[in-house]
Amino acid sequence: MRVALGLVLLFLIGPFAVIVAASLSAGETLAFPPQGLSLRWVEKVFEVESFRASFVLSLTLAIGATSAALALGVPAAYALARYKVPFAEILRLIVASPLLVPGIVVGLALLRYLVVPLRFPIVLALFLAHTALILPYALRVVSASLANLRPEIEEAAVLLGASRAGAFFRVVAPNIRDGVLAAMVLGFVTSFNQVPVSLFLSGPGVETLPIDMLGYLEITYDPSVAALSTLLAALSLAIVLIAERFLGLTRYV
Amino acid sequence: MSDYLRTERLTLGYGDTVAVRDLDMSVAKGEFLALLGPSGCGKTTTMRAVAGLLAPRGGKIWLDGVDITRLAANRRQIGLVFQSYALFPHLSVFENVAFGLRLKGLGGAALDRKVAEGLTTVGLESFAGRKIPELSGGQQQRVALARSMVMQPKLLMLDEPLSNLDARLRLEMRAQLQRVQKETGVTMIFVTHDQGEALAMADRIVVMRAGQIEQVGTPEQIYNAPASPFVADFVGFETILEVEGGRLKTAGGPVSLAGLDASVAALAWRPDGVRLGEGPFSGVVRGVSFAGATRQYLLETRLGPIKVEASAALMPRALGEIVAFDLPLETAAKVGTG
Repeated sequence: MRVALGLVLLFLIGPFAVIVAASLSAGETLAFPPQGLSLRWVEKVFEVESFRASFVLSLTLAIGATSAALALGVPAAYALARYKVPFAEILRLIVASPLLVPGIVVGLALLRYLVVPLRFPIVLALFLAHTALILPYALRVVSASLANLRPEIEEAAVLLGASRAGAFFRVVAPNIRDGVLAAMVLGFVTSFNQVPVSLFLSGPGVETLPIDMLGYLEITYDPSVAALSTLLAALSLAIVLIAERFLGLTRYV
Repeated sequence: MSDYLRTERLTLGYGDTVAVRDLDMSVAKGEFLALLGPSGCGKTTTMRAVAGLLAPRGGKIWLDGVDITRLAANRRQIGLVFQSYALFPHLSVFENVAFGLRLKGLGGAALDRKVAEGLTTVGLESFAGRKIPELSGGQQQRVALARSMVMQPKLLMLDEPLSNLDARLRLEMRAQLQRVQKETGVTMIFVTHDQGEALAMADRIVVMRAGQIEQVGTPEQIYNAPASPFVADFVGFETILEVEGGRLKTAGGPVSLAGLDASVAALAWRPDGVRLGEGPFSGVVRGVSFAGATRQYLLETRLGPIKVEASAALMPRALGEIVAFDLPLETAAKVGTG
């Protein structure tokens, strides 16, 4: 039992430990075990111009796509929970489809049928693709918190003098707040770490951070990519830990 | 006066089903009315329509001299205590009770005083700071009651107010509801499927069946003179025999009964109204159950199955024993007399 648990942990944490160690290397190439210890590659990360640009794009994209997905997902979840929506199950399936279809297919399809023939701006295509990828999370997580809420509490609010909209904002919104925040965190992390879809929707000057890293690695084989990975993993971990601490994120996933 | 709340040919439904048809009902100001009926009879639907949560298919609703049929629910000044209580889980007890008052623009000391009054009425004055999930079912219900009462509604409705409580709490809550109603004089309608509750609490009872009114009357009238075999059955008459051509219609053919009034639709007996041990009829004991002060028997007779309740002090009868019994006219309820 213990051995099995140890192996699972090693399997999960091992690669991460290797990358952290490699990023602290003093040597010139990406290698494990590291040759000597230094922070020079961590410093290098902040000096690479393209990393800065792609970081800003990734950040903007993650925030924009998450907001858009929530703006669509919250009303959709509400409608599905409260009203008899025709073909509700099929609708759920369609919304969930970006999760089921391989990212490569989604990315290629968007490139082939949107960007190339319609001369669709790449940034906009990235934004649409990421929104579609996050939407299933937004819908599922918000639906889960709505399921715990009795529809009568809105009627009770109305009978106490609230309007329909007032009832939503006064008694529904505060009760699904945690779910919405959880969806936000999940959406942000999903978009920020997204590779397969973004791969097809990158071009000169338009690269998300993970794609930029991939490209960098093909040309330069130094430990700065490991250093950047370590920084990003630490950032994601921090976000998830904070979310777990305050929202109990694991309830939703 | 007796038309404080009135419905006129009210017809309600969901989708393709009609739940209530042409309902004419009236409630007097200050009255404590029970809407009694089995589940699915349309009583909760009626309540929702009166509250404005369901738009009627047809008919009108009048409250305090005003036609409220098309008035929005949030302007009807009608309170409703839901069966599930429908408290706001993210708010404290105080804020739950204050919810409607705040929407009215009340604040500060006036709000504090009103909420405190409301909580005192239901005996929860020390619970203001509590969170809803910390409360028991009975306490949650009292918060829901206080939340509606502080709004001083023109009409307060309660949906199955006692069904989620255990037996002891139920008696307590019964007394509390009656006290609140008498103290404040609020017009109150409560929906229930429990005839015992309706008889014990209401000034007047409306018995509903399949979307229509079966009988309206005081608890005494309903209990002693049910208007139909359905109502008789609902209020505990176990033996109901229709009268046809001056004789009782039974499973084993017509039976004559001396002194029978041929104008009634049926005669009905409660188990304790059937006399055991003597009389013109006989039956075989098919079931016995001890109920403290009494013993209940199920007899198989040529009139059909008959339930009898006899004092436990009498000699018990054995299963399979043949016993004599009587259906006395003086203990019979005349069902459906004009």
